[in-house]
Amino acid sequence: MSLLAKGILQGMAVTAKNFFQSYYKKDRLPTVQYPEEKSTVNQFTRNIPFLVFDGDDPIDGMRCTACTLCEKACPPQCIYIIKDKDENGKPIKRPAVFDIDSSVCMSCQLCVEVCPFESIRMDSEFELSNENRFEGLLLNRDELLRSNEYYHEIHPLEAQETDDRIVAKEAEAAAKKKEREEKARKAAEAKKAAAEKKAAEEATAAEEAAPATENKVAETEAPKAEAAPAETAPTAESPTEPEAKQADAAPEPKAEEETPEEPEKKE
Amino acid sequence: MSTETMPARGFNLSKDDLGADILEIAMGPHHPSTHGVFRMDLKLDGETVVDLKPIFGYLHRNHEKLAEDIPYPGSMPFTDRLDYLCGMTNNWAYALSLEKMLEVEVPERAQYIRIICAELTRLVNHCLLIGFFINDLGALGTPLLYALREREKILDLFETLSGARMMVNYMRFGGVRCDLPDGWLEECKRIVDKFPAFLDEYETLLNENEIVITRSQNVGVLTAEEATNFSITGPMLRASGVNYDLRKVDKYGIYDRFDFKVPLGAHGDCYDRFMIRMLEMRESIKILNQAMKDLPDGDIIGKVPRVFKPAAGTEVYGRIESPKGELGFYLVADGSTNPYRFKVRPPSFINLTALRHMCIGHKVADAVIILGSIDIVLGEVDR
Ligand code: SF4
Ligand code: SF4
Repeated sequence: MSLLAKGILQGMAVTAKNFFQSYYKKDRLPTVQYPEEKSTVNQFTRNIPFLVFDGDDPIDGMRCTACTLCEKACPPQCIYIIKDKDENGKPIKRPAVFDIDSSVCMSCQLCVEVCPFESIRMDSEFELSNENRFEGLLLNRDELLRSNEYYHEIHPLEAQETDDRIVAKEAEAAAKKKEREEKARKAAEAKKAAAEKKAAEEATAAEEAAPATENKVAETEAPKAEAAPAETAPTAESPTEPEAKQADAAPEPKAEEETPEEPEKKE
Repeated sequence: MSTETMPARGFNLSKDDLGADILEIAMGPHHPSTHGVFRMDLKLDGETVVDLKPIFGYLHRNHEKLAEDIPYPGSMPFTDRLDYLCGMTNNWAYALSLEKMLEVEVPERAQYIRIICAELTRLVNHCLLIGFFINDLGALGTPLLYALREREKILDLFETLSGARMMVNYMRFGGVRCDLPDGWLEECKRIVDKFPAFLDEYETLLNENEIVITRSQNVGVLTAEEATNFSITGPMLRASGVNYDLRKVDKYGIYDRFDFKVPLGAHGDCYDRFMIRMLEMRESIKILNQAMKDLPDGDIIGKVPRVFKPAAGTEVYGRIESPKGELGFYLVADGSTNPYRFKVRPPSFINLTALRHMCIGHKVADAVIILGSIDIVLGEVDR
């Protein structure tokens, strides 16, 4: 039985050591008295998503364009989006409804990874309890919107990276726009030249009163020459005109044009 | 007992007098020692277990069927919830299966990060198992909390890395989601260097403890032959003396570059299963030290397609050595973005099949520690 005493006494010694050290060694007593004292939240923590807006006005500064990529990527399907419309019924690139059911959300971050506009991000708020089990846990657009400053506060590193990326994207978009304008100008010139040529041809055709077959060739050739520049011209011109208004509010209006390429993007 | 007369009353009742020699009780699903919502229907003769029927499914979440309705990457966060203590290894097993299917190369750095994460997970899991095992033996609280305290430090590492303590969702097909943050590796080194001191302390606390020895030695013996016949894997199989570790057998990832031993037991009883985990933690520390030393620079994610669409008819079985045993994912593709069939081979489910065999003939109190020594997590058993 001497053996019995030995093992147990050894154990007791360890427990005693832990007990006494817990008074002066932080390592031995990691407990935090929660409601009175809060432990610091790790800046990489993720919990429930929120929507980022730039500037002061949540609605105007909203980065989200209601592209619904996150809605499609969310595995438990807890995001619900309806696109906004202006008075004339024309769709605006902005969600009218953006709901996240926080009782369903599993904090997986897949929505953040697919968002091409750096709009949806993970919050680190953990006190989410609510008295209303249904509406209280269903977060709507206005509850979800948080400023970019808030984002910088909770995830400083990640927010800085995001901002850098946005700036880079904007610069790239500006370069692209310039290029496109250049192209549009050339296309317009080509169009003008073609029109002049066509007019000249028509004039010569009328003058010479050529045979019917020749006339036909001229007719078929002319629309072709016009069609080629016409294809590029509207896309190149539209961003400068009707979207110029939005360009002030949205941080990277040009990125919107990338949407058609993105829909299948995962991860 | 004669049929004519009433049985004698008093305190000297025998079994025959009672007329009911077998008592059936349902232990669980809300029993604290069943580690979740698990139920054992026990047939008892006095204190001795004569029959046992495991009943589970209380935590069934339809994981496999659900995965057939969502694209491949969407299932990744669900795998965290299988064995919710070992998110990293679950992620890895699933990523490995699809990488095998699509023949995606994983960059060197990602391989090392994966190994670091997986071995940290092993530490987390074994810490917790040992804590709860001692808890089941009757040492309520104290040793368990020491183990939880150490585990918490590693979970903090995971939080810094992936954003969540347990539901990490960190690995991706072809690599990992993000690179190690600044200072992470130093912190990890610090924790890993301190870990052996904790293990030493824990061993002093328990290994020579007579109560642990008498309660767990020769309890729930599983011979090597029985263990192989039951398809047991993981530490439980090795406690029975069978040398089978997928890290050595399959050499998945880059495990062939590391120098570590596979600890083996000799008796296959609860004590061996407990000790195996202690020894495995020390081996994990060896792997961790090597991996952190050699961690190369480079990409963290390989060349992967934007949309995962394996060709129709391909099927694959990817498996890894999770802390609990062989965790496998069987995927069948039908050419779309969703799997046609998604099957998980969870180690704790298969290991649980030996429970009845091990418990019969032991006391009720021993059934509790036998169950504890199997190391089940109901999230994985029920899926
Ligand atoms: S974090 Fe995951 S579950 Fe939550 S809204 Fe995003 S995609 Fe959906
Ligand atoms: S993916 Fe981003 S931009 Fe698109 S709807 Fe979601 S939050 Fe808005």
